[in-house]
Amino acid sequence: MWVPVIAAAVGCYLLKLAGLSVPPRLLAHPAVRRVAAALPIALLTALIVIQTVTTGHRVTFDARAAGLAAAVIAVLLRAPFLVVVGVAALTAALARLLA
Amino acid sequence: MSVARAKLPRMTDDQKSARRAIVRDAVGIGVATGAYGLSFGAISVASGLTTAQTCALSLLLFSGGSQFALVGVLGAGGSGIAAAGTAVLLGTRNALYGIRLAPILRVHGPRRAVAAQLVIDETTAMAVGRDDGPAGRLGFWATGVSVFALWNLGTVLGAVGARTLSDPRVLGLDAAVPAAFLALLAPRMRGRRPWVIALTATAVALVAVPYTPAGVPVLLAATAAALLALRTPADARPPAAGAGGYPATGTARTDRETG
Repeated sequence: MWVPVIAAAVGCYLLKLAGLSVPPRLLAHPAVRRVAAALPIALLTALIVIQTVTTGHRVTFDARAAGLAAAVIAVLLRAPFLVVVGVAALTAALARLLA
Repeated sequence: MSVARAKLPRMTDDQKSARRAIVRDAVGIGVATGAYGLSFGAISVASGLTTAQTCALSLLLFSGGSQFALVGVLGAGGSGIAAAGTAVLLGTRNALYGIRLAPILRVHGPRRAVAAQLVIDETTAMAVGRDDGPAGRLGFWATGVSVFALWNLGTVLGAVGARTLSDPRVLGLDAAVPAAFLALLAPRMRGRRPWVIALTATAVALVAVPYTPAGVPVLLAATAAALLALRTPADARPPAAGAGGYPATGTARTDRETG
């Protein structure tokens, strides 16, 4: 799995460097900004959904969904990052223990 | 830190205490991120990467969201292309951060090459939104050094520790990753547009799951969102680049500074 590791590292570094290097007006173009703002939202949402309620090619609800539900509550209560992650893991672990 | 200090003129006591506060915050963010690094190390190894590959990601890629995305897609059986593609697309936000940071940092040559690696959610949150340049630069470099050191330390410990776990699911680690993504996503969900994008992404991803290889549904969701963003006019307000990740590992104060 070295190839994706290195490829992603190079790609991400070039993006960071580009932000510091290219003329602002190039990346500040409204269309570029709109897409750049939309991408993280779409990617994070899709990753959350895929990693919470799917197993292989099927939609499944298990302890991970309980963990995410707990995380949603933690976020709504404005809990710190680590609390959000910890609450989700703990909830999922407990759900498995009880199941 | 001599980098930032060298540029500072003589300081008043107020400036000194402000500097101490910035460094203190930077160390705190580093410690919190280090704990998060522990979970990355553990999850990465549990996803099938070696300890060396896991550490290489934290050293060379150094962007939590992209790293979790990469190991998540690989762990789910996705191809290398889908995994790297997702990680790089998620890294596009760092380019936007760079635009905000460039006038604050004013770095060139080798120093810019080093600074670029440190352009992430936390450093951006600590650098932008401050009144004067030196404080912003200090925020960036102090947070960057602190987070880089402790994120990598956490990664090593987590990766080695996970080798002793028979099944990471017992600790609920598989639920920790989506929760981390949720925490990164939450501050972006202001206004109507983000919700339209998120719902579109959810629908596309779920529809694609039964028919496409692992990792592809996420890329399709990103493509759909990009097309949606191109076709519809933007909000009047530009996207708040500094309000990126769950800012500064969740200190509400930093959130307000950048929000």
